[in-house]
Amino acid sequence: MSRTILHCDLNNFYASVECLYNPAIRDKAVAVCGSQSTRHGIVLAKNYIAKKCGVLTGEPAWQAKKKCPELVTVSPNYFLYLKFSNNAINIYKKYTDLIEPFGIDECWLDVTESTRLFGSGNDMAHKIKNEIKEELGVTASVGVSYNKIFAKLGSDMKKPDAVTKITMEDFKTYVWPLPIRELMYVGRSTEAKLKKVGIYTIGNLACTSPSFLIRQLGKWGETLWVFANGYDEMPVCKSDTEPLIKGIGNSLTTPRDLTCNEDVKILFYVLSESVALRLRKNNLKGKTVQITIKDSAMACVERQAKLDLHTFISTEIAEKANEIFKTSWNWSKNIRLLGVRVTDLVSADSYVQLSFYNDDKRVRSQLLEQSIDKIRARFGYYSVQRALLLKDASLKANPAEENVIHPLSYFGGSGTFHSKEYPHSSDVSPFLKKHGGNL
Amino acid sequence: MKKIFVEVIVRYQADGTKIPLSIIWDNGREYIIDKVTDIKKAASLKVGGQGVRYKCRILGKETYLWLEANERWFVEGKS
Repeated sequence: MSRTILHCDLNNFYASVECLYNPAIRDKAVAVCGSQSTRHGIVLAKNYIAKKCGVLTGEPAWQAKKKCPELVTVSPNYFLYLKFSNNAINIYKKYTDLIEPFGIDECWLDVTESTRLFGSGNDMAHKIKNEIKEELGVTASVGVSYNKIFAKLGSDMKKPDAVTKITMEDFKTYVWPLPIRELMYVGRSTEAKLKKVGIYTIGNLACTSPSFLIRQLGKWGETLWVFANGYDEMPVCKSDTEPLIKGIGNSLTTPRDLTCNEDVKILFYVLSESVALRLRKNNLKGKTVQITIKDSAMACVERQAKLDLHTFISTEIAEKANEIFKTSWNWSKNIRLLGVRVTDLVSADSYVQLSFYNDDKRVRSQLLEQSIDKIRARFGYYSVQRALLLKDASLKANPAEENVIHPLSYFGGSGTFHSKEYPHSSDVSPFLKKHGGNL
Repeated sequence: MKKIFVEVIVRYQADGTKIPLSIIWDNGREYIIDKVTDIKKAASLKVGGQGVRYKCRILGKETYLWLEANERWFVEGKS
């Protein structure tokens, strides 16, 4: 039996919530931007009026203001957005228990079994859309189809406040003429590769032989071919199953450019503490340390190296990050963003190979960090700090608490690299390439 | 229209439902709610807000009273 899958997308989510709470700006061009004083001033979301003026998600606020001088910029209020997102999920829960969130503003719903209770997928889509509008005061667009990929395409086709149905019979008419870029996981570089071999639309891709695509794109070629033909059978994962975490990372756009090894060292400790804290919270240890460096010209490099043993000790992570940094950066440019990520994760209480030598010290530092966690839980994050961080208070931050929205991967797991600049860290998760465009 | 936060006297029922009994305006005047005719989650597009909306009858007139998630009550006031 074919499935009935809905994809609900809250339109211009951040901007819609801001406009709801401030009716005075509803008829103006609005963009939600990060704080400019701490250099996070990029457009995170915008409403339709701003979109018409050519304001793009991800561009700096000053550039957006140039395009649209009357643009109203507001600061983000993530906790409010999370509350709205939860409220929307509560509405979905009336219809099914198979809900898979994809980012803060999108969800897949498998309503195959509920069709006997609430009517066809199309009926349910309309009901859900209207409930969201009435209860939450924001609009949603819903795609109805028999697989997740087409449901998502459907929700992108008509916006705002609309329902689009794509069936097994008519997908060739509606989906195949779309440009290749519209398909999930086709980003800038895949698009270029496909265009080079004459594939411009989703239909072109679907009609190409999979073996040819595999030669061009590797195993992705086959996955994309499956997507384009509507053969995708990925299940909608239950909302209460936590995705498997494959890596934990934090990055930070610094309030000022970093100019020397000492600055970098301070920031690595800030980031590593947050990463280590999150590892401990999830009862994980990691072995590979990855660093991301973005210079003042926005060029980005990533380097990684292995530790000797799995760890959740911040000092070990920071020291490794520093070591990698020193061998891979020549200071030809100053640094704008640094990131630390730990992968190769294992459960923290799995058995490990013990060392004959100085293991005492490791055990002590593990206990020390766990005690610090407890102190911080009781008296606040800044109640205990490394002396190193006192050298430059401007670099002080608590990324673990200040970032609450984690990027997700369609294939489950992976995305827990979160960045202070982008709520969905698009440079780390290529599939989110156009995701940021419709927050 | 203006979002006006108001003082409300509420009865908590045994099952946890909250029923507003009267609204106290900022000049101290109390308006008795004759009846609550409908309770549902809703947004106020007029003044900007979202929460549980109580449809109340006060002095023979229908009016809406909202309870926000932060436990504050508001009405859509004439500016």
